[in-house]
Amino acid sequence: MSGIWIAVLATAAGCYLLKLAGLTVPERLLGNPRVKRFAELVPVALLAALVAVQATSKGSALVLDPARLAGLAAAVLALLLRAPFLVVIVAAAGTAAALRLLGIA
Amino acid sequence: MRDGILLGLAVGVSGLAFGAAAVGAGLSAWQACALSLLAYTGASQFALAGAIAGGGSLLAGTAGAIMLGSRNALYSLRLADLLQVHGLRRFATAQGVTDESAAIALAQPDHAAARTGFRATFASLYLTWNAATLIGAVGAGRLGSPQSFGLDVIGPAAFLALIWPRLQAGRTERAVAAGGAAIALAATPLLPAGAPVILAAFAALAGALARRPSSDGRSA
Repeated sequence: MSGIWIAVLATAAGCYLLKLAGLTVPERLLGNPRVKRFAELVPVALLAALVAVQATSKGSALVLDPARLAGLAAAVLALLLRAPFLVVIVAAAGTAAALRLLGIA
Repeated sequence: MRDGILLGLAVGVSGLAFGAAAVGAGLSAWQACALSLLAYTGASQFALAGAIAGGGSLLAGTAGAIMLGSRNALYSLRLADLLQVHGLRRFATAQGVTDESAAIALAQPDHAAARTGFRATFASLYLTWNAATLIGAVGAGRLGSPQSFGLDVIGPAAFLALIWPRLQAGRTERAVAAGGAAIALAATPLLPAGAPVILAAFAALAGALARRPSSDGRSA
């Protein structure tokens, strides 16, 4: 079995067990307000980190790809205009694709 | 119940973006579909695909994806009391816990309505998300070079859209996001790919300890 399959199945198992844990563990275990606040903030920190890393790096090197950054800027603009999720995605991918097609970036 | 079905359809279509991003990242269409069927939690799925695309360590990518699923444990903690499911049903209910089904269930006036809303959202979103993943994965595979279609931007754009409402929620959220991004960028040249993102969790830890936790328990 390839490494990617193992990662896929381990992620699936981990995510399922987390969902099941809340339904089965006593509330006080995860009920501590600071623990709760931490779990609320974890996705914010991790997703912001992912945005930053994926927008500006390739492996361990920091790389500024104008098309990718322009695509992300289009996503920000769409979010500021309160566009729905799919519109945000299409605006981002479309901007990057158009710039590459035109050879501008 | 109608709200749940509509929400499931609307959000589930985003599975197209996941399927396309996953195949662009180097997963097979089968692997993309397995993630949607089994992991069934958007942010974690995008995170794993992103880690694989970046060529990072699979172990770090998996750990990051699972950490992103931790909020589902908090939703199900709230839902345990609200839905009152017991015995074997818990195992099926657990898989349905997502941002969307929790939001719908929490908005209902009583146990019965919460159960109905939860099940309607689960059914609608699960079917739509998985069908859309398949279509996105197969479609993207036929397009050719993922970069020329801007598929490499889908991941970051999706993450940004996912945290956007949280960034509006308060100053702590924005500080944690900025801190997480800064930690990850500073660590990128020093550590194997994937690890910097996990380090960003320290920004969440700092945020949780710095301020007195809010008591209203908002978690959407």
